[in-house]
Amino acid sequence: MNRFQANIHGWLLLLPAAVLLVAFTHFPAVATLWQSFFSTGKPNRPAVFVGLENYRTLIEDDVFWQSLWNNVWYAVGTIPVSIALALVMALAVNRGLRGRAFLRMAYFTPTVLPMIAVANIWLFFFTPQYGLLEQATGLFGLPSHNWLGSPSTALVCVIAVAVWKEAGFFMIFYLAALQQIPPVYAEAAAVEGAGRWYYFRRIVFPLLMPTTLFVLVNAVINSFRLVDHIFVMTRGGPDNASSLVLFYLYEVGFKFWDTAYAAALTMVLLAALASIAIAQFALLEKRTHYR
Amino acid sequence: MSAIALEGVTKDWGATRAVDAVSFDVEEGTLAVLLGPSGCGKSTTLRLVAGLEAVSSGRVFIGGADVTAEPPGKRNVSMVFQSYALFPHLSVAENILFGLKVRKVPAEERDRRLARVAELLGLTALVARKPSQLSGGQQQRVALGRAIIAETPVCLMDEPLSNLDAKLRHDMRREIRALQQKLGITMLYVTHDQVEAMSMADRVVLLRDGRIEQNAAPAELYARPATAFAASFIGTPPMNIIPLADAPGGAVIAGTGGPALAAARGATLLAGVRPEALRLATDAGVAALVEESEYLGADTMLVCRAGDARLVARLPGRVTIAPGAPVRLAWQPQDLHFFDAGTRLRRDDVAAVPLPC
Ligand SMILES: Nc1ncnc2c1ncn2[C@@H]1O[C@H](COP(=O)(O)OP(=O)(O)OP(=O)(O)O)[C@@H](O)[C@H]1O
Ligand SMILES: [Mg+2]
Repeated sequence: MNRFQANIHGWLLLLPAAVLLVAFTHFPAVATLWQSFFSTGKPNRPAVFVGLENYRTLIEDDVFWQSLWNNVWYAVGTIPVSIALALVMALAVNRGLRGRAFLRMAYFTPTVLPMIAVANIWLFFFTPQYGLLEQATGLFGLPSHNWLGSPSTALVCVIAVAVWKEAGFFMIFYLAALQQIPPVYAEAAAVEGAGRWYYFRRIVFPLLMPTTLFVLVNAVINSFRLVDHIFVMTRGGPDNASSLVLFYLYEVGFKFWDTAYAAALTMVLLAALASIAIAQFALLEKRTHYR
Repeated sequence: MSAIALEGVTKDWGATRAVDAVSFDVEEGTLAVLLGPSGCGKSTTLRLVAGLEAVSSGRVFIGGADVTAEPPGKRNVSMVFQSYALFPHLSVAENILFGLKVRKVPAEERDRRLARVAELLGLTALVARKPSQLSGGQQQRVALGRAIIAETPVCLMDEPLSNLDAKLRHDMRREIRALQQKLGITMLYVTHDQVEAMSMADRVVLLRDGRIEQNAAPAELYARPATAFAASFIGTPPMNIIPLADAPGGAVIAGTGGPALAAARGATLLAGVRPEALRLATDAGVAALVEESEYLGADTMLVCRAGDARLVARLPGRVTIAPGAPVRLAWQPQDLHFFDAGTRLRRDDVAAVPLPC
């Protein structure tokens, strides 16, 4: 077979996947970029080219900035906590303790549940007066508090649910990685007199670095993506206190039907996520040991 | 004072007894080998000494102190694992220094020792590499370096050479032995390779099914095996074990008419003779038929049958005898060993009768 034929074969094999990728990922992305330079079409007024007008609106949009800041806090609140929790849970169930299979399943359950169902469960926890949280604080004689209804706590509640949902998922990756570490490393370290914490710090944690990187990228993406529970729990309120960028984007696009402005928002979100992912890989790749 | 001592050490895994009432001493500055077939409990015994497993009963002493209840890090031993257990993300230097950093040895002391150990093991040019960038023999040296840099009086090794090719094994064997003698370390060394045991050890502890079969110096293990098992485990090829039978003149090889090997009842005895003690005779000796012959360069293995016994003779040079040909095999009376057929223990009370000539 000559080189040309080999190339043809290669392309033909790639074609089905490439068609799907272009049709459902690349084309919509480019179309969205294109759309963001136009005004939103109305029945009596077709869309016209407006250049960067949508982006200018965006810079002056207070709700957008608040959603972005909320999102930053949401990320800061969920990522480290859920990753740390995942690692601790994985270390706990990686040891030979009784009921380990049950524990592993229990930790993983939140991941299996749909986010909407999760949000409904948590809604009950946060309900004023008779919610679980209220009853618990009531026991200690603390004053009643509307957790989801006050701007100061709504975002924290939303963060708590996201952590609960994500930690179990990340735990699975850590658990798989931990089981790849030969037990003889622990024995070698023990003979050298290393304690458990020292062994974790010098050996286990560095060996988990590729997993941490993978989980971190996922966590960052999820912190911009995981907004389902906001629909059920707060609807972005009160007073946009728990609105996140993607939630705001949905509202603009499908409640206010301002599709052009939504397209501009999408581009901003996309650019932010892409640059974060690239930065992460570039930074951590250097410090990560791959076998 | 012995550097390592085991007193009636037993280890059970559920119903299986991996180590059964094992007691032995290792003198300071000597190299003792734990030898035995696969699954006999060598690794388990070593791990009990290291503290990586807890004994079911019995006591372990290191440097005269009872360490039975101490964790591995408190036993003042170092260990080389079969798989080396080098940390893949750490450089050679970091791997070797791992234990010193754990024990907070000052930096300049660490550097001094690292330089010395790297020099000793020929690793100086490799200290910045990762383990994955080293050959098997180099990795083995790094593992050795990590063990000796701690300068612990006792070093434990679990089949450290089994992943290396024959040539490298031979070199490393000599290197480890030289290092052990130079540094005066007490070494407990696990292997299933009797050549390794014979060439390195001051003392060999031969294990079988978790029990000590014989604990002796290599020369004695070869010259006076305590059991039929010890006899058939040592030597290349191992000793011929011959079933005997009663005959009017004494004990003869089962299935033959004679000559008599011993003036005793034969049915309760086994005789043993090393292949290298056998030679071809013209008129005297035991009549046998050649089954096959294998030429190995320096010598020839002649496999013969005499009655019920299969005898391997190791004859110098090239011997060409066709299969099926009759030969006569002879030996010196002092080359004959006797074992009880029931207990399989050595019987020194039985004297060999010289072969008629
Ligand atoms: N963790 C364990 N659980 C249960 N049984 C075990 C365990 N470790 C070893 N054994 C059993 O104990 C016996 C001795 O094992 P050990 O590893 O000491 O053998 P060994 O002499 O080192 O063999 P090899 O030369 O194959 O390494 C074997 O029968 C083995 O199946
Ligand atoms: Mg073993």
